[in-house]
Amino acid sequence: MKQFIQGIVGNNHQATHLLQILRQIQSRYHYIPEAAIEQLSGLLNIPRTQIIGVVEFYSFFHLTPRGQYELLISDSITDHMLGKKNLLDYLENKLGVAVGEVRADGVVSLDNTSCTGMCDQGPAGLVNGYALTRLDRSGIDKIAALINQQKPLSEWPSELFQVDDNIYKPGLLLNQQLEQGAALRAVLQRGIKETLTEIDKSGLRGRGGAGFKTAIKWQFCSEEQQAERYAVCNADEGEPGTFKDRVLLNALADQVFEGMTVCAAIIGAKQGFLYLRGEYLHLYDKLQNILDRRRRNGLLGSNILDAGWDFDIEICLGAGAYICGEESALIESLEGKAGIPRNRPPYPVTQGYLGKPTVVNNVETFLAAAGIAVNGGDWFAGIGTEKSKGTKILSISGDCARPGIYEYPFGVTIQTILHDCGADDVLGVQVGGPSGSFISDQEFERKLAFEDLATGGSFIIFNTSRNILDMVHNFTDFFAHESCGFCTPCRVGTSLLKKQMDKIVEGHGSAGDVVALEELCQLVKNYSHCGLGQTAANPILTTLERYPDLYQSRLKEISYEPGFDLDGALETARRMANRDDAGAHLAQIEANEHE
Amino acid sequence: MANKIRVATTSLAGCFGCHMSFLDIDERMLQLAEVVEFDRSPLTDIEHCTNCDIGLIEGGVCNSENVHVLREFRNNCKILVAVGACAINGGLPAMRNHIPLEECLNEAYLDGIGVENAQIPSDIELPLLLDQVRPIHEVVKIDYYLPGCPPSADVFWKFLTDLIEGREPSLPYELVHYD
Repeated sequence: MKQFIQGIVGNNHQATHLLQILRQIQSRYHYIPEAAIEQLSGLLNIPRTQIIGVVEFYSFFHLTPRGQYELLISDSITDHMLGKKNLLDYLENKLGVAVGEVRADGVVSLDNTSCTGMCDQGPAGLVNGYALTRLDRSGIDKIAALINQQKPLSEWPSELFQVDDNIYKPGLLLNQQLEQGAALRAVLQRGIKETLTEIDKSGLRGRGGAGFKTAIKWQFCSEEQQAERYAVCNADEGEPGTFKDRVLLNALADQVFEGMTVCAAIIGAKQGFLYLRGEYLHLYDKLQNILDRRRRNGLLGSNILDAGWDFDIEICLGAGAYICGEESALIESLEGKAGIPRNRPPYPVTQGYLGKPTVVNNVETFLAAAGIAVNGGDWFAGIGTEKSKGTKILSISGDCARPGIYEYPFGVTIQTILHDCGADDVLGVQVGGPSGSFISDQEFERKLAFEDLATGGSFIIFNTSRNILDMVHNFTDFFAHESCGFCTPCRVGTSLLKKQMDKIVEGHGSAGDVVALEELCQLVKNYSHCGLGQTAANPILTTLERYPDLYQSRLKEISYEPGFDLDGALETARRMANRDDAGAHLAQIEANEHE
Repeated sequence: MANKIRVATTSLAGCFGCHMSFLDIDERMLQLAEVVEFDRSPLTDIEHCTNCDIGLIEGGVCNSENVHVLREFRNNCKILVAVGACAINGGLPAMRNHIPLEECLNEAYLDGIGVENAQIPSDIELPLLLDQVRPIHEVVKIDYYLPGCPPSADVFWKFLTDLIEGREPSLPYELVHYD
């Protein structure tokens, strides 16, 4: 192991590479051994506690051994809608291992994981980091046999790993065929300042959901008096129900890299990063090859297009943390640390990666920027609405005939989208993922645009056979799992929300419990440090607003009932004291409280 | 006499530290006694409470007796108050929640150093332990919470005088600021 670690660290003793080093150790040994931590602490000159902190922070790292085959099953609501729970039970039986456990022989471990970005082709999972799609019983039979025969992943049938793009409705960006280097040549021809003017004219706003004007962000960054600047592409799309970046990087990676290079020219960056979520490991080699080809063709690296223009891109993989989609947490992660959001201001454009001015933009934003560099600002600004120019690429999943990728001019109504993807009998739509809002069937005339419904692109459809509280429950669990733990309102609050939802959903709720839930929601929303906590209560708040009766109907008509099994809590003591008299039992509800 | 405000207090899985802190209101106790009458409380030795206005509960819920006492308070007090860290969060006694109850009992009564006549106590007079120590609001409805370990005498004073004088109780920042 000593040699292995020495080998991956090489001569690069920068602690910024910690995450990438740990990924390799986890992949080789299926955990991060104590000896590895000691060795890394010496090689990178950082305290061992800091390394342990990083290992404990990311879901894909473990301090105790996982199986040689680490099997993770996606826990997105869309996987549940496709029958995930039954499949998981089947898998447990087939493999002889319980969820969360490692099989006694150490060959396989099984666990849940947050949405893996395969909502259009679930139920999905990961085996040793590689995406599995369209899991069904026959697929699970195959997987179980392969694991029991201990076949290396390279010998597994490729259809288990097949990931489709499922582009059903291409628009302005998805239809665009740019010749390689076209955007870069356009920048050289038109001039850097003039290109920024075009981006400004296009009205392009960030596609991650927040919608900050791209030209202003780039201009702020370029105005900072610093020698080094960085351009970062945020491909950590962890919002359940989002998978468009996966498709863009599979189908249009050249244009995304070109957009980053255009950005680098404008802000004056020599180095860029693509922060790719760990769940998209299957794209890594392909993207590296594209970068290599671009270097060979003089479109990346030193002296781009013989114009004395230097810029290169490094791909960094995440390790299972939703919070790293927040730009300052992403930068912390790039620096090899736990992804805990920074205080803002200072914003990344003034103090980002290693304290230097940094632009962080969504994959789709860079894709649009490449197109604008070639076609000019008017090309883009010509469609959309007054405050939302251009198009939005949506990831559509859930109850519809054709889940996949759809591109629409901003201003499109929910109704139009539902019609196009073949959704009937719709109860409502979760727009923008769990952190967005739930739209009921009374609001399908509403429009996707920053003026009305802003979205990062997640669009999950629920038909009338679905139970809204199941969805809220799933989303609330998601936030409790993904809270980074830095601030109390979110760390404790998301767990309390989950507990209170459990209590109501399981039928232990009584008179004041919905009011208590709502108060808790406001507290978590108003006092949390970053966007995760500020939006974690949205699934509850947006459904409580629309369906108050749904919550109230779960309540008992008594003043109070404990949310746990009171008599069951005495079971251990009863058994050990060998008692079963009346005094050894407790009623769940007091005699005078019965309904 | 009849229109005095009736207050009951008790300590469940607590250390009586909150009660001690309450007594630190010192000579103000005389002022309080003019308008308040104590019902069930360690201060009075009254065994069961009847028709009270305010119930102050110190400590969390660790055993079946705690549940019965807490329910008696809930049924007899118009306003029930969680007093101190243990009542609000489980506090120090809840540190055993990380250890299975079976291990706790084995260590205390069977395997521990110096244990003689090893046996798990079993008598119908003894309350059984819950597998987890619970904050009191997980067992009955609670109306107010007084934070602190213990809440200072001034917290008790401010809270009770607010209630007695008919104001919605509120604790200024200085009284709940601990560092």
